[in-house]
Amino acid sequence: MSRIASVTALEEFRQEILSQRDPDKPCITLCSGSACMATGSGKVAAALEREIEKQGVSSEVVSRRTGCHGFCEQGPIVVIYPQGICYLRVQPEDIAEIISETIIGKRIVERLLYVDPNNGEKATREDDIPFYKNQQRLVLGSNRKIDPRSLEDYLAVEGYQALAKVLFQMTPEQVVGEVKDAKLRGRGGAGFPSGIKWDFARNAPGEQKYVVVNCDEGDPGAYMDRSVMEGNPFAVLEGLMIGAYAIGAHEGYVYVRQEYPLAVANLTVAIKKAEEAGLLGQNILGSGFDFTVKVHRGAGAFICGEETSLLNSLEGKAGEPNARPPFPAIKGLWGKPTNINNVETWANIPMIINKGAAFFSAIGTESSKGTKIFSLVGKVNNTGLVEVPMGASMRDIIFKIGGGVPDGKKFKAVQTGGPSGGCLPEKLLDIKVDFDELSKAGAMMGSGGMIVMDEDTCLVDIARYFLAFLSDESCGKCTPCREGIRQMLKILTNMTKGLGRPGDLELLLELAETTKGSSMCALGKTAPNPVLSTLNHFREEYEAHINEKRYPSLSCKALIAFHIAPEKCKGCGACFRKCPAEAIEGGKKRIHVILQEKCTKCGGCLEACPAVFGAVSKISGVPVPDAIPEEARAI
Amino acid sequence: MNKISLQIDGKQITAEEGTTVLVAARSLGITIPTVCDHAQLAPYGACRVCTVEADANGRSNLVAACQYPVENGMVIRTKTEKLDKIRKLLLEQMLSHAPDSEPLQELARQYGADRNRFEQEASFCILCGLCVRYCAEVKQKHAISFFDRGAKREIAFLPEIAMQECWDCKECFPLCPTSALQAAYVLTESLLTPPDATVPSCGGGCSGKS
Ligand SMILES: Cc1cc2nc3c(=O)[nH]c(=O)nc-3n(C[C@H](O)[C@H](O)[C@H](O)COP(=O)(O)O)c2cc1C
Ligand code: SF4
Ligand code: SF4
Ligand code: SF4
Ligand code: FES
Ligand code: FES
Repeated sequence: MSRIASVTALEEFRQEILSQRDPDKPCITLCSGSACMATGSGKVAAALEREIEKQGVSSEVVSRRTGCHGFCEQGPIVVIYPQGICYLRVQPEDIAEIISETIIGKRIVERLLYVDPNNGEKATREDDIPFYKNQQRLVLGSNRKIDPRSLEDYLAVEGYQALAKVLFQMTPEQVVGEVKDAKLRGRGGAGFPSGIKWDFARNAPGEQKYVVVNCDEGDPGAYMDRSVMEGNPFAVLEGLMIGAYAIGAHEGYVYVRQEYPLAVANLTVAIKKAEEAGLLGQNILGSGFDFTVKVHRGAGAFICGEETSLLNSLEGKAGEPNARPPFPAIKGLWGKPTNINNVETWANIPMIINKGAAFFSAIGTESSKGTKIFSLVGKVNNTGLVEVPMGASMRDIIFKIGGGVPDGKKFKAVQTGGPSGGCLPEKLLDIKVDFDELSKAGAMMGSGGMIVMDEDTCLVDIARYFLAFLSDESCGKCTPCREGIRQMLKILTNMTKGLGRPGDLELLLELAETTKGSSMCALGKTAPNPVLSTLNHFREEYEAHINEKRYPSLSCKALIAFHIAPEKCKGCGACFRKCPAEAIEGGKKRIHVILQEKCTKCGGCLEACPAVFGAVSKISGVPVPDAIPEEARAI
Repeated sequence: MNKISLQIDGKQITAEEGTTVLVAARSLGITIPTVCDHAQLAPYGACRVCTVEADANGRSNLVAACQYPVENGMVIRTKTEKLDKIRKLLLEQMLSHAPDSEPLQELARQYGADRNRFEQEASFCILCGLCVRYCAEVKQKHAISFFDRGAKREIAFLPEIAMQECWDCKECFPLCPTSALQAAYVLTESLLTPPDATVPSCGGGCSGKS
């Protein structure tokens, strides 16, 4: 690849790429994001290559391996353009048929289409699937159109137009102004206005400045940053360069957690290709602007996502936070002014420059603009990455896009904002999801994790789970965080074992207040949220645990038991076979009985017992009925 | 250096830029309780007992006085009911690890902290970092360090360095508010000395050096 030395050359190159592409020619895209790779996308790709060759269609179709499409649960995903025909859970053996039927015969392979679990309807095109139909994928959308390792693909979707525009038509002040006018707020958690943050670093005294991409993403279950970095690394780099130009930085770092090898690999290729093309390095596009970027692999500790910890870690020191002030914008990496933004934040920048602040700020709510990617997981039919305009309602996200709660179960709560976020009950499902509404409701945006919980979930246990995570992941430096989480966790653990005591709730609140108030960094300051939000919205569950030793959602192991109703048992032996603990006594044509002392309460018997019999039940708060005597068991 | 004007407990003061709230308060004769602060060491902000209320830029915040730099127009309160509650709880949390620590007991009397409020987990060390920081910042030996994180965090000597340096130094020992350090040191010492070391030993595990 030769250097692209000017804007004219860049445009010529882009036109050349476009002219070689026939938009009507069938293009088979195969998702090769981490999730789809895990479900076999690599083998599908090999089959695709083979079949294209074998069926002699190499000159009639293009194939492309892309980043994550978002609907990972249904992967590997194949989308065929220009129609946008979408095939799910595609296996290598399906490929021959896809080529002969769809590519050659122009027919649909019905069995690979999406089927709505609620009404059995099929959807042919990606845009017809409810999961996609109700999204607005401004950031994530390019993933399905480009091969993340192809500079040409990125250029074909307007890549580097924004960079060319800022370098030649805008002053740094104007760039900052545009980002301010767009009212972009950071996607990494706190939602700080990005333009204002850029201004701090820009106005900070000093020649040497840095820009940093935060791709640490430690929230369990969240993977939007990974998908953007894996699927569209050029966009993140372009955003970063625009920021660097605006702030006056010439060096950048991308901090990627160790567990994201594909993100690192794709990013490394992107950097190399950009360097070869002269889109990184000295005198970029002949503008006189110099910029280099390095990739740093983080050890994968949750606290390393916190900005001061991240910078310490970048410098090779222990990944523990510092007090702020001084803020990184004034004294950051190696003591120099540093601007650090989240992956998704950076990825929004090229679009803001290309389409303008007015376009961007027209999307969203009064206080939160643009779209946000959420990672929708848990007890919801369609799990995956969901990008919606700020202000979409939680109900729409969970029920329209997510397809509701599976198995006819009732919705109970949605947890947003990662480990230190909060749980919202059904009555708050209609709030508009933006930074401020979520905080007001006692939850938070965080980086966009969204965990749906059904009626079987115990909120006390959920709070305990998140505190356990935070207790492990706290750096342990300051007393209120380390000790406060430890003590709150002890109380919750006792409660879920049936050892709750009067006064526990008051003590929890007292611990929460001190932890929140006096911790050094945001981990401690937000760590009580799981407790506070569940206490706020589900107090009666806590009270049931303490006062009645009763577990309302029947899932707390110490407070539940399984029982087989003798009159309902048909002696089929399903539960007997399923029980891993050999805790069931059965036999042909005999009523089965659970030996309570051996039972590990895994619930396998309940699942195994055919629904028409419904002989096994979960009980709590009442004594387990005595087992019927041996001699009475014959049916 | 810029002069900064602020108010602490109703008293007006001018201080130099970069001064911490703690230092500014002390110059007014106002005492703020501290556990992890030390004149020779860089502010660290671990114990949080020095937490004060600060009004700045139209917002009220809780900040650690030992770390927070003074800002123009700031209004600081060092003694309020809320702060008393926080300090009491922090002390109780620390006392669960080091119930016999003199400096902690002294503060406990002042704030009405109950050393039995939380279940005792007498690890003795409260992770104030005085020893670690003294060895790193003043002695520059790095013979002792923190290991692990979260609730599992603890201090430990690095045997290779400790063997060389600590015996003739021990300067960090008196800094420790809980006297955990000596115990840790003795432990390391005994672990380090193999029974058949070249140094004559009684064979019962004593080092033979002392
Ligand atoms: C404990 C903790 C973990 C964090 N983890 C991340 C993370 O994984 N990724 C991220 O972008 N920001 C994370 N943040 C937020 C960062 O400190 C910082 O606010 C953010 O990277 C700034 O970027 P933004 O302005 O684009 O949001 C974390 C904060 C805390 C307190
Ligand atoms: S709950 Fe689990 S261990 Fe208990 S009887 Fe049923 S299957 Fe066996
Ligand atoms: S005794 Fe050892 S650990 Fe303590 S300051 Fe001296 S060299 Fe460092
Ligand atoms: S050993 Fe003593 S001085 Fe060192 S961190 Fe623990 S309590 Fe502080
Ligand atoms: S990885 Fe394929 S859809 Fe997410
Ligand atoms: S003295 Fe300030 S935190 Fe310990």
